[in-house]
Amino acid sequence: MTSIHQPQKMKLDAKIPAGPLEEKWSNYRSKGKLVSPANKRRLDVIVVGSGLAGAAAAATLGELGYNVKCFCFQDSPRRAHSIAAQGGINAAKNYQNDGDSIYRLFYDTIKGGDYRSREANVYRLAEASVQIIDQCVAQGVPFAREYGGLLANRSFGGVQVSRTFYARGQTGQQLLLGAYSALSRQIAAGSVKMYNRHEMLDVVVIDSKARGIIARNLVTGELERHGAHAVLLCTGGYGNVFFLSTNAMGSNVTAAWKAHRKGALFANPCFTQIHPTCIPVTSGYQSKLTLMSESLRNDGRVWVPKKKEDRLKPPHLIPEEDRDYYLERMYPAFGNLVPRDIASRAAKVVCDEGRGVVKSGYAVYLDFSDAIKRLGKATIAARYGNLFEMYQRITDDNPYETPMKIFPAVHYTMGGLWVDYDLMTNIPGLYALGEANFSDHGANRLGASALMQGLADGYFVIPVTIAQYLADEIRTPRIDTNHPAFKQAEDQVKGDLNKLLSIKGNKSVDDYHMALGKIMWDKCGMARNAQGLKQARKEIQALRKEFWENVYVPGTANEFNPELEKAGRLADYFELGELMVIDALTREESCGGHFREEYTEDGEAKRDDANFLFVSAWEFTGTGNDPVLHKEELVYENVKPSTRSYK
Amino acid sequence: MKFTLKVWRQNNAQDAGRFETYSLSDVENDMSFLEMMDVLNQQLIKEKKDPVAFDHDCREGICGMCSMVINGHPHGHVKATTTCQLHMRSFKDGDTIVIEPWRAKAFPVIKDLAVDRSAFDNIIQAGGYVSVNTGSAPDANAVPVPQDLAEKAMDAAECIGCGACVAACKNSSAMLFLSAKVSHLALLPQGKPEHKKRVISMVKAHDEAGFGSCTNTGACEAYCPKGISITNIARLNREYLTAALASEEAV
Amino acid sequence: MSNPIAANPYSLKWLGHFFGSSVGRKLIMSLTGLFLCLFLLVHMSGNLQLLKGDGGRAFNEYAYFMTHFAPIKIVSYVTYFLILLHAIDGIALALKNRQARPSKYAVNPTGATWASRNMTILGIVILLFLVVHLKNFWFAYKFGTMPMVTYDGKEYKDLYSIVKEAFSQWWYVAFYLISLVALCFHLLHGFQSAFRTLGLEHKKYTPIISIIGWVFSIGVILGFALQPVAMFLGL
Ligand SMILES: Cc1cc2nc3c(=O)[nH]c(=O)nc-3n(C[C@H](O)[C@H](O)[C@H](O)COP(=O)(O)OP(=O)(O)OC[C@H]3O[C@@H](n4cnc5c(N)ncnc54)[C@H](O)[C@@H]3O)c2cc1C
Ligand code: SF4
Ligand code: FES
Repeated sequence: MTSIHQPQKMKLDAKIPAGPLEEKWSNYRSKGKLVSPANKRRLDVIVVGSGLAGAAAAATLGELGYNVKCFCFQDSPRRAHSIAAQGGINAAKNYQNDGDSIYRLFYDTIKGGDYRSREANVYRLAEASVQIIDQCVAQGVPFAREYGGLLANRSFGGVQVSRTFYARGQTGQQLLLGAYSALSRQIAAGSVKMYNRHEMLDVVVIDSKARGIIARNLVTGELERHGAHAVLLCTGGYGNVFFLSTNAMGSNVTAAWKAHRKGALFANPCFTQIHPTCIPVTSGYQSKLTLMSESLRNDGRVWVPKKKEDRLKPPHLIPEEDRDYYLERMYPAFGNLVPRDIASRAAKVVCDEGRGVVKSGYAVYLDFSDAIKRLGKATIAARYGNLFEMYQRITDDNPYETPMKIFPAVHYTMGGLWVDYDLMTNIPGLYALGEANFSDHGANRLGASALMQGLADGYFVIPVTIAQYLADEIRTPRIDTNHPAFKQAEDQVKGDLNKLLSIKGNKSVDDYHMALGKIMWDKCGMARNAQGLKQARKEIQALRKEFWENVYVPGTANEFNPELEKAGRLADYFELGELMVIDALTREESCGGHFREEYTEDGEAKRDDANFLFVSAWEFTGTGNDPVLHKEELVYENVKPSTRSYK
Repeated sequence: MKFTLKVWRQNNAQDAGRFETYSLSDVENDMSFLEMMDVLNQQLIKEKKDPVAFDHDCREGICGMCSMVINGHPHGHVKATTTCQLHMRSFKDGDTIVIEPWRAKAFPVIKDLAVDRSAFDNIIQAGGYVSVNTGSAPDANAVPVPQDLAEKAMDAAECIGCGACVAACKNSSAMLFLSAKVSHLALLPQGKPEHKKRVISMVKAHDEAGFGSCTNTGACEAYCPKGISITNIARLNREYLTAALASEEAV
Repeated sequence: MSNPIAANPYSLKWLGHFFGSSVGRKLIMSLTGLFLCLFLLVHMSGNLQLLKGDGGRAFNEYAYFMTHFAPIKIVSYVTYFLILLHAIDGIALALKNRQARPSKYAVNPTGATWASRNMTILGIVILLFLVVHLKNFWFAYKFGTMPMVTYDGKEYKDLYSIVKEAFSQWWYVAFYLISLVALCFHLLHGFQSAFRTLGLEHKKYTPIISIIGWVFSIGVILGFALQPVAMFLGL
C-alpha cells in the first residue's frame, strides 16, 4: 500500500472566534452564515456512524432539511457502541444547588484534561450540556428522578459537585435510544436514508474537498459509491487497537484512518484512557473486557493488602490494619474519587509492588462492606443492583459478600482526527464528531463527559457550524460518483480487500490482533518509556509485515464475511498503533492518560507546559514512514494551567 | 470442558440450511458462550474451513446484537441473560449443544446464525419517537414526572431490541418488543401528545412486517434477557383499543 | 398523507383495518371467548337440573323453555354464531401465526405453559366435541323423532331419557370427560388471556382475575362432569 500523499506545508488554524470566552459561541451562532431551506434540500450530507454523535447529527440535519445519508456497520443504528455507556452524562444544570455552573463544568473539564484541550471548545461544550438534558427529556429519555418528580443527579470521579444525570446503569443506552428515535423519525420522513450493515472504507476527495465515501455493503460484499457535499465521521474511538478493551468488538479506527491517509491530520493519538474499574482478565481466550461503572467508586473503597504475602488470602481474613486503602492514603482530598488516570496508575503501582490480589497479580479490591454497613444492603442494591448482578454473572462472585476484584482497562481514546472549532478536519467538507475527533478532553476525559460531547457535537454544534461551509456550496450540483476520484478510491479498496484474501497464510486475524494488543498494552499502555516505545515501533512494523504475508482470511469479498471485516480493521490498527507509539515517544512529558516513566516528580506525573502546551497533529506520509508533526499551540486566556492536585 | 456442537449452517436467505456437527475441547469454565464460539471459529480457520457467522458487538448484554437459540432456548437456558453474557460454567462437560438462529419470517437469515432484524427498525420508524425537533425543548425540570412512572417507563425502555421474544414466541410475534416501546413513551408525559397515533401505526408496521399475533403465552417474557414484563402487552392492547375505538384517530 | 378532499371523514374503512389488525382480531377472540364463558355457566346450571332426581321433569321443562322463549332463542342463535366466529377466527389466526415461522426449530423453545402453547389443538378437540354433542342432543331434539312425556297435561319432548341413555355408555362418558379436560385447559389460559387482550391488567386486580379464572375453569368443568358421572354411576 503506497501513499498518494505528499507532505503539506500547513498552518493549523483552529478558527476560534474572537471575543470573550462566554460570548464566542453565541456570537458565532447569531452572526454565522445560514443556508436557506430551499438550498438545504439540494445539499447532501453523509454521516458515518449512528452513535450518539452520528445519530444526533443525522437526525438534526435531517430536521433542518438537508438530504442525509447515514451509515453504520451494525444491523441497526441503535446498536452503536454508545449503547454501552453506563454511568451518566454531565450537565451544568445546577439542579442540586451545589454551586455548579457552566464555568465550573468548563473548568473541571479543562483541569481534568490536564490542560491539553482548547478553551473555546470546552466552554461551548459546557454551554450545550444544559440544552442536551432538555432535549433528551423531551424525547422521552427516562432519567432517574426524585420522589418529587424532578431529575436526580449523582457525582462522578474527579469533581466535587453532583451534575451527572443517569438512567440506572444504562445511560448511554437511553440516550442513544433517544437519538435513534429522533433519527428514526427522520428516516420515516424521508430526510435521512439509513444504510445499516455498511462499512465505510474510504473517503473520496475531489479538488481537495471531501465529496463522498466508498462503503461496503457487508451483507452482499458490494462496494458502493456515495457522493455528498460534506462528510461527517462519527465513528467512535480506537481503543480496540489494544485488542482487549471495554469497547464493542466492532469498534474501529478504519473510517478515521482512511481519512488520515487521505490527508486529515490525526491528533494526540497516544492519549488513551485506561479506566480503573473493569473486571480483570481471567483467561487467554478473553475477547473483551467489561467495565464496572465508575459510579461504584462513590461507595466502594479500593484497597490491596499491605503485605505481599496476604495477596491471595481470602479478603475477609485480612484485618483492617493490614489493608492499604491506597487512594484514600495517597489522595486524601478526593480519596476514591480521583480522576481515572490517577486511579488507574495507582492500581498499577500497587500491583507492580506485588500486592495484586489475583493469581496473575493484576487486580485490586473494590469493597462495599463499609457502605453496606452504613447504608444498608437495600440502598446499595438500589444504587448498583444491576452492576452487582452483571459482575456476579461474569465472575461468579457475589459483591454483596466479597469485595469486587477490579483492574484498569483501555476504555476511551481522547485522541482522534484533528478538527477546528467548526469540527472540520483540515480537509474541507470533512468533519469529525464524538469520540472520533481529538476534541474536548485533552489528555484525560472526566467520567460522564463523552456522552455529553457526542450529543453536543451532534445536536448543537454541527448543525450550526456546517452551515458555514455549506453556505458556499449551494452552487455545487449533486456530486457525480462517476468522477475518476470515486473510481480510484473504489479500486484502492477493492485492491486492499483482494490482497487480504489472497495471502492465504497460516495465522488468523485474531492471532495478529492479540499480538498487536500485547505490544500496545505492555509498551504504550498505562506507563510508557522511550526505550519501550522505540522497541514497540520495531515490533509493530515487523508484525505488520508478517501480517501482510501470513494472515489467513477465509471466504470471498462478495459475501457476508466477518473475518474480512476484522482483517481490514486490523490492517488499519497496525498503522495507527505505530503512530500512537511515535506520538507517545515525541511527547516527552507526563500528562493525563499519557504517563512517561522518565517524567515524574515524587512518583506523580510531571507535565511540561513550557515545551508541550500543544496539540500534536500528525500528517500521514506513507505506511512505515515517519509522519510529519504539526503543532497547534494551546492558548489559555481564562484558566491558568496549574499542577493538577487531587491530594 | 468438551462439547459437541450442532450448529445451523446456511449460506444465505435462499439456501435451505443444515446442521453441522463439531467437537470442541479446551473450553474453559469462565468463557462466555461467544468466546466458546470464537474458539470454534479459530479452529475452523486453522482447518481452512468457513467460520460460523454470528452477530455480536458489545459482549456486555446491552447492544442486543447477539442472537442464538441454544438447545431450544433463545439466549440460552439462564434467565435474564443474553447469549454474550452466558457462561460455559452453566453447561455440563460433555454436553451436546444445538445452536440455531432466530427463526421467523420477519427475520430472514443472512448467514448461519446472523439474521436480518430491520423489521424492528421499521416498527420504530412507524412511530416509536416523540416528535420534538432539536433545540425546541423546554427546561428538563419543567414537567415533573412521578418517580414510579419514570421507573416503569425505564423498565420498559430497557429493551435491547434483540428479538429473543420473537424467537421464543410460537407465533413469532413481536408484541413484547413493540409493547415495550409503546409503554415507555405512553407512560411519560412527553410521550402523551402522540400516543394514539403512535400505537396505531406501530401495530400496523408490526403486522405488515410478517410477525404473528400475540396469544399471550408468555414465552417472550420468559426468555427476554432484560426481563421486560408481559404487562406491557396489556398496556399496548389498552392503548390500541382506546385509540382505535374510543378516539377519532384513523386506524 | 391525508387529503382533505379525497378523504371521507365518515368512512367505515377503519372497521376493516381494525378487525384486520392483530390486536383487533385478538379482540374478537377475547370478547367471543368471554361471552362463551357466560354461556358455559348458563348451560351448566341447566345441566344441573338433570340431577334433581325428579325423573327429568325440571330438565325437560327447561329444555322446552330454552327452545320456545323467543329472546332466549335469539340468544342461542347468537351463541352459535359466536362459537363459529371464535373457532374460525382462532383457526385462521393459528394458520397465519404458523406462517410467521416458515423454517422450524430443531429444538423448540418452551418457556410458556403447555395450555397456552396448545390452544388451537385444545380448541379443535372442543369443536369436535361440540359437533358430536350437538348432533346427539340438539339435532335430535330439534329435528329427530323424540320420545314424549306429559307433565300437567302438557306434552314435552323427553330429552332426559336421551341424555340418560347416552351417559349410560362408558365410551360416551369418557369422550365427554376428555373433552372437558381440554376445555379446562383451554379456559385456564383463555380466561386470563382474554383480559390481557382487553388491556385489563392491574397490579391489584389481575391477581383477583387470575383466581377467578382458576375457580371458573375448574368449577365449570366439575359442574359439567358431575352430571354424566352421576348418571353413569346411576346416583
Ligand atoms: C463500557 C463503556 C462505558 C462508558 N460509559 C460512559 C459514561 O458513563 N459516560 C460517558 O460520558 N461516556 C461513557 N463512555 C464513553 C462513550 O460511551 C463513548 O465515548 C461515546 O458513546 C462515543 O460515541 P460516538 O457517537 O462518538 O461513537 P460510537 O457510539 O462508538 O459510534 C460509532 C458509530 O460509527 C459506526 N462506524 C464506525 N466505523 C464505521 C465505518 N468504518 N463505517 C461505517 N460505520 C462505522 C458504528 O457503526 C457506530 O454507529 C463509555 C464507554 C464504554 C466503552
Ligand atoms: S422485549 Fe426483551 S426479548 Fe424482546 S427485543 Fe426487547 S429485550 Fe429482546
Ligand atoms: S453482544 Fe451486545 S448484547 Fe450480546
